[in-house]
Amino acid sequence: MGKLEAKNSSFSISENGLEKQVTNARVEVLKTYKIYIGGQFPRTESGRYYVAKNNRGEQLANVCLSSRKDVRDAVVAARSAFKGWSARAAFNRGQILYRIAEMLEGRKTQFIEELVQQDVTKSQAQKEVNLSIDRLIWYAGWCDKYQQIFGTVNPVASSHFNFSVPEPTGVVAAIAPQDSSLLGLVSVIAPIIAGGNTCIILASETKPLCSITFAEVINSSDVPAGVINILTGKVSELATQFAAHMDVNAVVYCGDENTIQKDLQTKGAANVKRIIVHKDINWLSDQGQSPYFILDTEEIKTTWHPIENIGSGGGGY
Amino acid sequence: MPVKTKKIKEQKQLSSDQKGKSNGIPKLKFNSGWEYAPAPESTSHIQLKERYDLFINGKFTKPSSGKYFETINPATEEKLSEVAEANAADVDKAVKAARSAYDRYWKKMPGRERAKYIYRISRMIQERAREFAVIESLDGGKTIRESRDVDVPLAANHFFYYAGWADKLEYAFPNRNPQSLGVAGQIIPWNFPLLMAAWKIAPALAAGNTLILKPAETTPLTCLKLAEIIQESGLPEGVVNIITGFGDTGAMLVNHPGIDKIAFTGSTEVGKIIQRAIAGTDKKLTLELGGKAANIIFEDAPLDQAVEGIINGIYFNQGHVCCAGSRLFVQESVYNTVLRKLKDRIETLIVGDPLDKNTDIGAINSKSQLDVINKYIELGKKEGAEFYQSGCNVPGKGFFCRPTIFTNVAQSNRIAQEEIFGPVLAIQTFRTDEEVIEKANNTPYGLSAGVWTDKGSKIFNLTTKMRAGVIWANTYNKFDPTSPFGGYKESGYGREGGLHGLAAYSKL
Repeated sequence: MGKLEAKNSSFSISENGLEKQVTNARVEVLKTYKIYIGGQFPRTESGRYYVAKNNRGEQLANVCLSSRKDVRDAVVAARSAFKGWSARAAFNRGQILYRIAEMLEGRKTQFIEELVQQDVTKSQAQKEVNLSIDRLIWYAGWCDKYQQIFGTVNPVASSHFNFSVPEPTGVVAAIAPQDSSLLGLVSVIAPIIAGGNTCIILASETKPLCSITFAEVINSSDVPAGVINILTGKVSELATQFAAHMDVNAVVYCGDENTIQKDLQTKGAANVKRIIVHKDINWLSDQGQSPYFILDTEEIKTTWHPIENIGSGGGGY
Repeated sequence: MPVKTKKIKEQKQLSSDQKGKSNGIPKLKFNSGWEYAPAPESTSHIQLKERYDLFINGKFTKPSSGKYFETINPATEEKLSEVAEANAADVDKAVKAARSAYDRYWKKMPGRERAKYIYRISRMIQERAREFAVIESLDGGKTIRESRDVDVPLAANHFFYYAGWADKLEYAFPNRNPQSLGVAGQIIPWNFPLLMAAWKIAPALAAGNTLILKPAETTPLTCLKLAEIIQESGLPEGVVNIITGFGDTGAMLVNHPGIDKIAFTGSTEVGKIIQRAIAGTDKKLTLELGGKAANIIFEDAPLDQAVEGIINGIYFNQGHVCCAGSRLFVQESVYNTVLRKLKDRIETLIVGDPLDKNTDIGAINSKSQLDVINKYIELGKKEGAEFYQSGCNVPGKGFFCRPTIFTNVAQSNRIAQEEIFGPVLAIQTFRTDEEVIEKANNTPYGLSAGVWTDKGSKIFNLTTKMRAGVIWANTYNKFDPTSPFGGYKESGYGREGGLHGLAAYSKL
């Protein structure tokens, strides 16, 4: 495949067989790009694949063409992880997001290499990886702060103590931005899990390589199995599955195709899904990170309790 | 508290000659001959027009359809008035009026000036509170005690609360400069007509939007009275437009291309239709939909107060409440006691004339809603649940339903799964905390929940684990303008009330 050619240009390997001079050289081990569900790296159950190519037309890898069944498996994994993840201390979620950033820092070179393969210049690739790490750290810090910014104590007129806090909405499916292999993915995942949700992410269809490598980072970062699930495949095929699944609470769509948006909103109505559409966001800029992105997949819960003898009155049962 | 204990005195009188005892708890007798004298609220000062037109661009305007429909008093089935039916041309006229008002002055007006109009509306509702309360009870069937003590004051307070936000929006959302959305289309239900109008109009105006409000077809009168107040308040014409009609009129409003934002309160079924209808557009949407709330009583709860909470939870406003505590979960160890107390308490409830200050449960809002409730009562019996209804008298005319409970209910029964929107309670039991959390959350809805226990840590365990937007601990059905209200899951999205309610009408 093209990738091999690119990496071992000193060797002469052609599509139709090995030539003599290669026989003594070490053959590089190629990576199989699989999907990431419930902390495991299965192949798509459909057995289908597509070939990821870069702009030069070089074949980069065979990538899983995930199916509806993979979506369903991922939702089951995400749902079973939700109870534990949402109950984690916010501080602990922050530590785990920070850990993801640490692991990513340690594997920068690999991501830069993959980005370069996917048509990004080396300096841009470095910038994107650095920004991805910094963004994870930024959201790590938000894990135990957004509740303080967006929660309220409400001064009700009756004798009750009343407060409102953001809570995760549940299982969130997200369609990552198409134009960015790593930063877009990170920018979408981080606010969802910082807020205590679990997720299923459909990686960039055209630039899928970093997503699975990022899954390896996640897998070694104390992120509980099922909290983040990553699929590769076609937006046109899987968006509709996300929208129709009755155990998905919200769908985040990064893109501007009106047919996709309409389909998500139409099918999502079956269980009153929250459909969040991010159009025209430059993920490389500061616009790509915001505590309001955390709020996109949060619910506000308000709790009341009577107070005895406040003011002149009796209790407020 | 809308439902109050009134027969305490009588019960004390009885305590000396109690006979039957069950589970060690004295059985109460209610056939003592003590009756309440009627205490009806006067309607003499109420002025209703024979016919109401559409409120568009600051004027009451005849509908281009030329059609009017009747609105009746559900307690007597007598006609109160007739109101206009808005067609597509009227909707279009209203949207254009709202757009023009938005562009010409409302979006340019400083927040502190917008605030003063909203304050004015609040004050004028307070001034005419009695009139509003009586009309609300006449048109909707709710008890005068409730409309007087809950609906109308809360509506006025809602305007007062949001008025104050109009010039403070930049403090509401850190690091953002919130902008108005434009023209809002708002559709409200028949269970709290004036209050829902306030919940919709007040935050929309405070955040700088103009709007078209459509009240439900069975309860348009207080909204039209509100239109009169708005006219008197001097609010610039077209900022608030109020149009009446049926579901079709609502659909025309939802589908009108000149609308930037839809806010809907009503059934989950219609909410889903609206979400589909505006799919692919850039219209913003908030939905406040149905519910099937769990009200959970633990063995260590203050049982007498809990029973009051159950009563208030399900029989408040005839059970026409999206957050009604319609599923009761009682811990097994106190089940017999709670059931006995509950049945006793139900016998004391007075069903009847909504305008009588003694009445606890007024009229069911409409014939069709009464049919729905009766259908579910039959269904509950068929499903094998045990049926119990109080023995109280109900008037011969009008739409009434006695307070009803079902015991021996299975989680899979439709009366435990579907919103009935009437005074029908489905009771289940549980043993452990984990079990009740599982059962309570096992519903597509997530609007509200109640928890009754004396143990603080248990309260917070439960309130944290309930997947619902409003949790009442050791209380139920409390509302306040500062307190955000809205659901999880199929109970909708977005919040009304409080700081969070502003987000529904702001571009951040």
